Amino acid sequence: MKGNPVAQFIRWAWGQLTSMRTALALLFLLALAAIPGSMIPQNSVSPISVIDFKNEHPTLDKVLEPLGMYHVYTSAGFSAVYLLLFASLIGCILPRVAKYFRALRQPPPKLPARIERLPESATGTVAGAVEPALDGAEAFLKAKRYRIRRTAEGISAERGYLREAGNLVFHTSLVVVLLGLAWSNLFGFHGTAVVVEGRGFSNVITQYDDFTSGTLVDTDELEQFSIDVNSFTAEFEMGEVQRGAARRFDAQVTVTDSAGERDALITVNKPVTTAGGSQVNLLGHGYAPSFTVRDGNGDVAFSGPVVFLPQDGNFASVGVIKVPDARPQRLAFEAFFYPTAVLDEQGPHSVFPDALNPEVYLNAWVGDPQEESGVPESVYSLNTTGLRQVEGDEGEPLRAALAVGGGMTLPDGLGSITFDGWQRWVKLQVSQTPGNLLTLISIAVGVAGLSVSLTVRPRRLFVRITDQMATVGGLDRTDAASGLEDEVAGLLAATTGDRPGPDGPGGNEESTRDAV
Amino acid sequence: MTLSEWSYTAMVTAAVLYLLAFALCSLEWASARGLAPVRPGDGSEDVARTRVDFFGRLGLFVTTIGAALHLSAVVLRGLAANRAPWGNMYEFVTAALAFGALLYLVLAFRFGMRWLGLGANLVFTIGLGVAVTAFYVDVAPLVPALHSVWFVIHIVAACIAGAAFNIGALTSVLYLIRDGAERRAVERGTEVAGYLAKVPSAKRLDLISYRLHAFAVPLWTFTIVAGAIWAQYAWGRFWNWDPKETWSLITWIIYVAYLHARATAGWRGRPVAIIAIVGVIAFWFNFIGVNLLFSGLHSYSGI
Repeated sequence: MKGNPVAQFIRWAWGQLTSMRTALALLFLLALAAIPGSMIPQNSVSPISVIDFKNEHPTLDKVLEPLGMYHVYTSAGFSAVYLLLFASLIGCILPRVAKYFRALRQPPPKLPARIERLPESATGTVAGAVEPALDGAEAFLKAKRYRIRRTAEGISAERGYLREAGNLVFHTSLVVVLLGLAWSNLFGFHGTAVVVEGRGFSNVITQYDDFTSGTLVDTDELEQFSIDVNSFTAEFEMGEVQRGAARRFDAQVTVTDSAGERDALITVNKPVTTAGGSQVNLLGHGYAPSFTVRDGNGDVAFSGPVVFLPQDGNFASVGVIKVPDARPQRLAFEAFFYPTAVLDEQGPHSVFPDALNPEVYLNAWVGDPQEESGVPESVYSLNTTGLRQVEGDEGEPLRAALAVGGGMTLPDGLGSITFDGWQRWVKLQVSQTPGNLLTLISIAVGVAGLSVSLTVRPRRLFVRITDQMATVGGLDRTDAASGLEDEVAGLLAATTGDRPGPDGPGGNEESTRDAV
Repeated sequence: MTLSEWSYTAMVTAAVLYLLAFALCSLEWASARGLAPVRPGDGSEDVARTRVDFFGRLGLFVTTIGAALHLSAVVLRGLAANRAPWGNMYEFVTAALAFGALLYLVLAFRFGMRWLGLGANLVFTIGLGVAVTAFYVDVAPLVPALHSVWFVIHIVAACIAGAAFNIGALTSVLYLIRDGAERRAVERGTEVAGYLAKVPSAKRLDLISYRLHAFAVPLWTFTIVAGAIWAQYAWGRFWNWDPKETWSLITWIIYVAYLHARATAGWRGRPVAIIAIVGVIAFWFNFIGVNLLFSGLHSYSGI
């Protein structure tokens, strides 16, 4: 190793990285690095909040965007900190594991030259022979589960080996936790789909509204299953306190997977797990009002429920009804749905999340038929290119407020729309996190190890008999131990065959006061 | 009066009693000013020392009555709502403080740690005071997300760990004060006098603080894990980087750093005590600040 500067540097750098100071600094750095992600909206958590935030704070955005502050927890900086921390951890525990196993095979250390120099010590006279006195000491130590090394002149004893074991188990399990998380990340996925009551979902990639998967997931080979949402019940607080707060969400579904077909109930804390280990959670819900649109030729050009997106806690929802097949001209409607509609000086709005007085407010657009371009477009927003707004008699945009069963006929024979009723939709999340069991077990083992390492207190005790004089001493190998004084006194008493005298076990004044 | 009104009345009374106990503890500290480090053999300080002890005992007595009312208030609230009484910010803060009050009483009666009274009663007074004035909402059922057995496990673990963190931080504050007093005493060649002479030595305070944290950190780890398991059931993902989750992780990292710092030369003593205090600040920020400042998955109805 000598002479080679590169090797020297690597050794030096490794020594620095695995030092406790570095580990401490990295821990604090990790805590600091996690803070911005809790204050700034994150893409992985809520992309919509990120867009809103960017629009509200354009100046701040110019600083935050290049810093990667919208994906803090996957950013290079954050990853670097925790990877360095884990490198430091592994570098720290590997040598300690080896050292620990060597220590396990070895007996307790030899008797120190001067026992009276230990933090706690006491002396007493031995009346009889040396051997029976040491037998007494050994019995005392064995009862307290010490490991013993006995020689003709005395005994060394040590206990609390489990502390280091617990410590090593805890740190090793942290590494396994990281492996479990990595496994879940590589082989896991989660995606959401909006399903209207009475309709179903098949687990193929095209049915997802959004889908995030690990790099090693083959999205063409997803588990084959389907879920039919038979009904969805939502209940809200009707009383004075917390009026409108959610009280019950029940989705009655039929699951069809490789194990056959079965009915199941999905609620907020009760997901359904398929035969292939996919977990299906109920994440959200909303309204899907149904419409029938007749075109200028009098034909039904559209009929069915349309998914509307809730905008507030009282489920005022917006949606778009697109009727590209209407002839002679295609039609489109922008609509607001209010489950409990109230019209006052604020304009129309909803005052309760349940559908007590559902109304739809809409306006209409018309345009020439368009060939399907194949370019995907959002079903929730209307691209008005090539469309013009249908106007009323005085040239104002035509608007209508419809109750269930109500309809609106467009001028100039363009067609008509009726609001037939409403259904609910649910947002289902399908996920697989294959590393979960490994992660959970290793965390459980780790917490157990941590508890052991924090409660076991290693201690060494020594007794030597020379010239009818027993010298007993001990030291704690953690700074958080107590009772050393008593144990030294007990060992002395066991050696000399006496009970501790009124003057106590000796030892200096300072350590007596500070021992706990 | 209804059950929930009885509960609220008891809670307000408990807050007032804690304030009274805090005042008595302040008197205890103040009346010990100028007392010698150890009781003089000639009995010249016996009257003054009896007075100090009287205020201390009375303070503990009042805290005990306050805690009994506090506990009844939490139980009544649970009975009124017919569920575990920690479904919103008001209930959560009052229930967590009840665990803190219980821990303080155990420490005071079982381990003679009455000297925690000043800080502990201050925390209880402020906590309950803010809860009954700013956070109060009437009894209501739970939102569906909280219908889970983990609602009990996760939160009870958080409350107990929180109680130990808080008492541990109080001990660390006392450590800093006592350590400063010891240093000044050494400089002047005197001994620590006044009430601080009745408080354990800095070394012992450090040890007590460590024991509380050593108890709390595994429990806090369990709290986070229990939350993650619950999240897996509720949201299909065990970790969402929700602000509450992030801050509980930050709190955990700080306390893990606390444990490591104790094992590192050059960090023992004052830096460790300061880390414990930073930890409890992160804990409280997570407990209250995150709910008020950020919106996330842990937003409760009625704050």
